Amino acid sequence: MIITDETIKYVSALAKLELTEEEKEKAKKDLGSIISYMEIINELDTDQVEPLSHVFPVKNVFRDDVVVNGPDRENILSNAPETKDGCFKVPKTVE
Amino acid sequence: MEITKLTALELGKKIKAGEITVKEAVQAQLDRIKEADGAYNCYVTIMEQEALQRAEEVQKKIDAGEFADSPLAGVPAAIKDNICTKGVLTTCSSKMLGNFKPPYSAEAVEKLEAAGVVIIGKLNMDEFAMGGSTETSFYGPTRNPWNVNTVPGGSSGGSAAAVAAEEAFFALGSDTGGSIRQPASFCGITGIKPTYGMVSRYGLIAFASSLDQIGPMGRDVSDCAAVLEVIAGHDAKDSTSMDAGDYKFTEALVDDVKGMKIGIPDSYLGEGIDEEVKQSILAAAEVLREKGALVEEFHMDMTKYAIPAYYIIASAEASSNLSRYDGIKYGYRTPDFEGLQDVYKKTRSEGFGAEVKRRMMIGAFVLSSGYYDAYYKKALQVKALIKESFDRAFEKYDVILGPTAPTTALEIGANADDPLKRYLGDIYTVSANLAGLPAVSLPCGFDSRKLPIGLQLTGKLFGEKDIIRAAYSFEQTRKYESPIKEKEGK
Repeated sequence: MIITDETIKYVSALAKLELTEEEKEKAKKDLGSIISYMEIINELDTDQVEPLSHVFPVKNVFRDDVVVNGPDRENILSNAPETKDGCFKVPKTVE
Repeated sequence: MEITKLTALELGKKIKAGEITVKEAVQAQLDRIKEADGAYNCYVTIMEQEALQRAEEVQKKIDAGEFADSPLAGVPAAIKDNICTKGVLTTCSSKMLGNFKPPYSAEAVEKLEAAGVVIIGKLNMDEFAMGGSTETSFYGPTRNPWNVNTVPGGSSGGSAAAVAAEEAFFALGSDTGGSIRQPASFCGITGIKPTYGMVSRYGLIAFASSLDQIGPMGRDVSDCAAVLEVIAGHDAKDSTSMDAGDYKFTEALVDDVKGMKIGIPDSYLGEGIDEEVKQSILAAAEVLREKGALVEEFHMDMTKYAIPAYYIIASAEASSNLSRYDGIKYGYRTPDFEGLQDVYKKTRSEGFGAEVKRRMMIGAFVLSSGYYDAYYKKALQVKALIKESFDRAFEKYDVILGPTAPTTALEIGANADDPLKRYLGDIYTVSANLAGLPAVSLPCGFDSRKLPIGLQLTGKLFGEKDIIRAAYSFEQTRKYESPIKEKEGK
């Protein structure tokens, strides 16, 4: 797999990253070698294999919806970079 | 007697007997950290005031007869810095979480505290647990107590080095692709990655949620079994938590492997393994055979596909999990920005280190439209094949034996420019995560540079007792060796 400038631009946009020129070059080289290496899994015929996400069979577990945690607004907001009137303050989101 | 040389269970016994007070134990540990951590850099945060205050509370309870069934009451311990501790800095060794004080504690931490353990500090790691050397930490590399020019392994490198350097009686680590076992191997200590779902992940900062698991790291198998017994258990707060039924792991501390069937995968001793490591592993297998186990090599062919499958799945999950770091709710925020997209991009570009960015980009790539089927879906199919190959192996064997890592500890800075080469060092550990299996690493020898070699024993799902029994039996033939020599006159 050859990783192009366009691919790096695309994946950094998906990951919401702004890369320097130097980082872009390094990413091109590293992702190229890593992703090429990953392609050895193509040696395996998996046409008849179901993809496995969970090792254990997962089933729904039902319980009553009871609130067990109390209000903790002050504690939670204390980690926020900026707050206003007991809320998270965010940059303007609509023009 | 040097208090800090005791195992956790030995210390717990002496505290119960009134020979050592909890405060003395905590003070001895704090003194040792102050003396040694300049050389090793195991700790990100030392909780001196909290620990001393808590020591008094725990002592009062012990004096009042509480914690009668808790062999670890009063024992100081340290926690990897990706496991939340209420009100105490939990950084993931990242600039991104450099100011993060969780409003709650992880379930595993709560359980330790309920058992009377005194949390003494937070331990260094690879940033967001991505790495095998603890060199990607924003707070500088941890150094291996056996040789400060080598790495302690990772990502739980601070945990392993602290236990080896007697800066902690035991520690919690986390293991996504070998992050407990490989540093345990490099530092000459014992670490257990439990079955997926055995220990609650509530409060473990997510890297790759389908693979992450918290586990104990200690100076011997008994300490690890005792800690696992405390932290394991079903937790409704973690939807992937399982009810294992039997949690009495210390019952498996039995020196008897007669009739136990142990298989060695041929592909674990093939290409890429250091000859000294191989010989040490074969010698360990021989020890178990002499003790009555049935040991044989068998053919296992999926090994070489584990690394690519692992790095695709882990990176995909990481890119999704780490999208939460947006500079809004907690953690780092860039000082200068214009608008919402800019705050995201600048915050993330400034807050994450190079390895984390690389993994997120790999993850974004394998999940992107056009590549999803060829990489991510394919990796999940390979995961199914890997699990099947283990299912077949466990029809014949109780335990699978092999090396933890292909080498001993590498020099600091080795392969810095070659991430792929670094990833390949995880060849023997990632399969247990993909298949959800429990595995232990324990010391089995040294190479010619006097660097520790780790023996890995993997069990079937919920087969913790099998690997603990085999590990304990092997350990009885070999005295624990510390990198820290006895001090004169004490």
